[in-house]
Amino acid sequence: MMQFMLLFSRQGKLRLQKWYEAHPDKLKKKITRELITTILARKPKMCSFLEWKDMKIVYKRYASLYFCCCVEADDNELLTLEVIHRYVELLDKYFGSVCELDIIFNFEKAYFMLDELLLGGEVQETSKKNVLKAIAAQDLLQEESEEPQGILEELGLRAPSSN
Amino acid sequence: MPTPKRLRDVIREIRSARTAADERAVVQKECAQIRDTFREEDNTYRCRNVAKLLYIHMLGYPAHFGQLECLKLIASPRFTDKRIGYLGAMLLLDERQDVHLLITNSLKNDLNHQTQYVVSLALCTLGAICSTEMSRDLAGEVEKLLKSSNAYIKKKAALSAVCIILKVPDLMEMYIPASRALLNEKNHGVLLTAVCLLTCMCEKSPDTLSHFRKLVPQLVRILKNLIMAGYSPEHDVSGVSDPFLQVKILRLLRILGKNDANASEAMNDILAQVATNTETSKNVGNSILYETCLTIMEIHSESGLRVLAVNILGRFLLNNDKNIRYVALNTLLRVVHADYNAVQRHRSTIVDCLKDPDVSIKKRAMELCFALINTNNIRGMTKELIFFLEKCDPDFKADCASNLVMAAEKHSPNKRWHVDTVMKVLTTSGNYCRDDVVASLIQLIQEAHALHAYAVQQLYKALLQDVSQQPLVQVACWCLGEYGDALMSQAIEEEEPLNVTEDEVLEVLERVLIDNNSSVLSKEYALTATVKLSTRFKHSVPMIRKLISIHGASTNVELQQRSVEYGALFRDQDPIRAGLLEPMPIPDKPPTQDTKQNGQAMTNGNGDLDDDIPSDVDDFGSSRTSKPAKTAPPAASESQNILDLLGGDSPVAPPLESTKPAGSNDILDLLGGIDLSADPGIKHCVAQPPSLLGDDFNTMHNAAAIPSLTAFDRAGVKVEFIFNRVSPNNVNVTVRSSNSNSSTFNDFVFQAAVPKTFQVQLDSPSSSVLPANNAGFVTQVVHIANPQKQPIRMRIRLTYTGEGGVSVAEQAEVNNFPPATWQ
Repeated sequence: MMQFMLLFSRQGKLRLQKWYEAHPDKLKKKITRELITTILARKPKMCSFLEWKDMKIVYKRYASLYFCCCVEADDNELLTLEVIHRYVELLDKYFGSVCELDIIFNFEKAYFMLDELLLGGEVQETSKKNVLKAIAAQDLLQEESEEPQGILEELGLRAPSSN
Repeated sequence: MPTPKRLRDVIREIRSARTAADERAVVQKECAQIRDTFREEDNTYRCRNVAKLLYIHMLGYPAHFGQLECLKLIASPRFTDKRIGYLGAMLLLDERQDVHLLITNSLKNDLNHQTQYVVSLALCTLGAICSTEMSRDLAGEVEKLLKSSNAYIKKKAALSAVCIILKVPDLMEMYIPASRALLNEKNHGVLLTAVCLLTCMCEKSPDTLSHFRKLVPQLVRILKNLIMAGYSPEHDVSGVSDPFLQVKILRLLRILGKNDANASEAMNDILAQVATNTETSKNVGNSILYETCLTIMEIHSESGLRVLAVNILGRFLLNNDKNIRYVALNTLLRVVHADYNAVQRHRSTIVDCLKDPDVSIKKRAMELCFALINTNNIRGMTKELIFFLEKCDPDFKADCASNLVMAAEKHSPNKRWHVDTVMKVLTTSGNYCRDDVVASLIQLIQEAHALHAYAVQQLYKALLQDVSQQPLVQVACWCLGEYGDALMSQAIEEEEPLNVTEDEVLEVLERVLIDNNSSVLSKEYALTATVKLSTRFKHSVPMIRKLISIHGASTNVELQQRSVEYGALFRDQDPIRAGLLEPMPIPDKPPTQDTKQNGQAMTNGNGDLDDDIPSDVDDFGSSRTSKPAKTAPPAASESQNILDLLGGDSPVAPPLESTKPAGSNDILDLLGGIDLSADPGIKHCVAQPPSLLGDDFNTMHNAAAIPSLTAFDRAGVKVEFIFNRVSPNNVNVTVRSSNSNSSTFNDFVFQAAVPKTFQVQLDSPSSSVLPANNAGFVTQVVHIANPQKQPIRMRIRLTYTGEGGVSVAEQAEVNNFPPATWQ
């Protein structure tokens, strides 16, 4: 089971974090800092795996972004690389050749995508098509839910408020 | 109130901040506005504001004030609100905050929502937060969804169920029937998550595991369909059919086949098929092969299959992808003991991995190489590893050197080779090499009579070139002291005669004595070597006396003491010098036997010099003890003083203790009378001390065949280890703590930690109160399992409430376990 996933830039800026185990905020920050420093310091010719505490860190760089996952000691690290790759492919399909800026400005979309691929740290769907379909349907649902309000606003009315 | 800024604009604004201070200012201003809007209870922009807050949270700023807003969003009927609300809940809430319980009700409602995407959001959030209370409250809803007709919901429900079971294993029961049914699905998402759920249940409960063994044929069929079915674009990953599902099934098969011959038998064929038919050109194929190898190794598989698996891993070692090489080494390391010969066949590939640019690969390769050394390949392997030792990172050197010495000890073809190898290791690893290498080389040379002259000549040559490598200096000094005469007299075959003079030898020793870079320990070795040479060299006594007096005024008490006492051997005590400085006796192999005998000789007291001689000669041999005191002229009185000196806060003890654990043993020995024959090189010379040192300790010497040791002795708190080797791989240590202070210490807790190669288990202590004035003990049994028979290392930690209610925490490392506890 995956413990957490971090996306960060070559400059060490965190772009996405998903924790499947509960930790205090302080510890999360400490772990994030530690891993970002360690991974950025590694040379390109080194392998993508790190032994870290009693876990394994699997990371891979795509352009300016590092994708870093922490998995348990008996997890398959080669397959974890495939999970990362799958996520990148999905983002790429969704945004149309994704870049770091897409993920910065649409971080919530990147989270939605991740939540359609993984749940509780495990892969839930192995078909790219199904994931993208589910995201597209939800985006549509979102647009629909916003539309009436948009019309009301155009008419110069306030949306009904509960209080 | 102005319309809140759009998320996009806020992100842009924050990103345009030039300095960290600027960014902080922008964020603070925005947060203030967000708070204001939250206070207004505005529903229109809540979603936008929470989204902004989530971005700010990712930058590391506090965002807890958004938690309740997330709850409000979740309760909203709008999908956009729910989507952001649940996202916020997953990022800002977890089981440690009580607020999370407030969403349980919304989750319950949404799990029954008619829109599948709302149900999906709820399931996903349940999987992310999943506290114990939440699991209990919602387990039933999840079970219902597991039986839904909608594959999209089913797969998510299965993984939520995994989270629930991990949190509350008691709830497993209710999912068993539904999860079996899931395996009949065609949808890969459902199959994958069903296998996940089954795996989780099998891992958590042995009963469920045996219940699900009957699923093996079905799983085998699914796997077979996967690899036999033609190309399906939806699940294809570079020519491999759904690797995610394949790997999950292989993993479940591993759990089901472990320790069960029938289940293993049922999966042998499919494993062979996967192992031979999987495409190996890409990472994805290799990830499946890797999982297959792990499964083959762990179940009762046929021997042919095991060889096939090892060969796959061997092939991995030749792969261009460093990740695959790393995984292969890691796995081979795990299976090397079970499939020794199969792994041995890939030795040369493994040796090549020592040259890999990647440190993690190098490290694994080194460990594997040591595991593969045997009597047949020791020469070649040692050559490779010494080459590696020369080039490798400093971090590896100590381990590599110690392991090489151990391997040579176990498998060396002959003495000469053995001595050469250890000497080579010593010179190659330089100052990185550990003390154990020094001790074992000295003992080795001592035992090899025929090689004394050879060894001393080689060491002398090495010392001429370099006096900065302390371990080398120590061994060389010791040998020069013992066999210095052989340097001139005996010609060695195949070697050119050295033609050295006594003065030249003494000059080298002088260099060691005055070199600023020499450690105190090295200087002690050199000093003892010098005095020993006074009986071996005929013409150089004046020079020797001069050298010995160099440290007569040293600020280091130990050096100064040696200097003064050795000096006395040339004046009043000259007649006994020759007898005292005779060659060292050969040490006995088992370290424990002769200590008692020596101890008895010693108990006659200090005044009788004749009785003291045998044990004092031993002291010179070890060059580490502080006992030369007894050879000094007014033996009784002076040694008494020195004991006093050491008994108090001796300036010698702390530095020795911190830098050279082995060196401090003997000091403790002298004080505490505890036999600490930890060091193989000096084990013979540990003498039982005179009775004046206290009767308390005689009892414990008899208690165990293995000598006990003082693991800790500071501020009146003393911790002794008493050993009982219960089996070759297990030793029980009775930890006995006492307190010589005048006040009783409460809340005494002893903790121990060991490196990964060992396992440690602590029984509960006899008490947590440490009575004053040594009026009683706290005992606690520590079980150590040492399957690899490594020298035991342990870190201990003591905490107690001392005088005046001050809590004290102390730590220490114990590395001087007697060899009899692990060899």
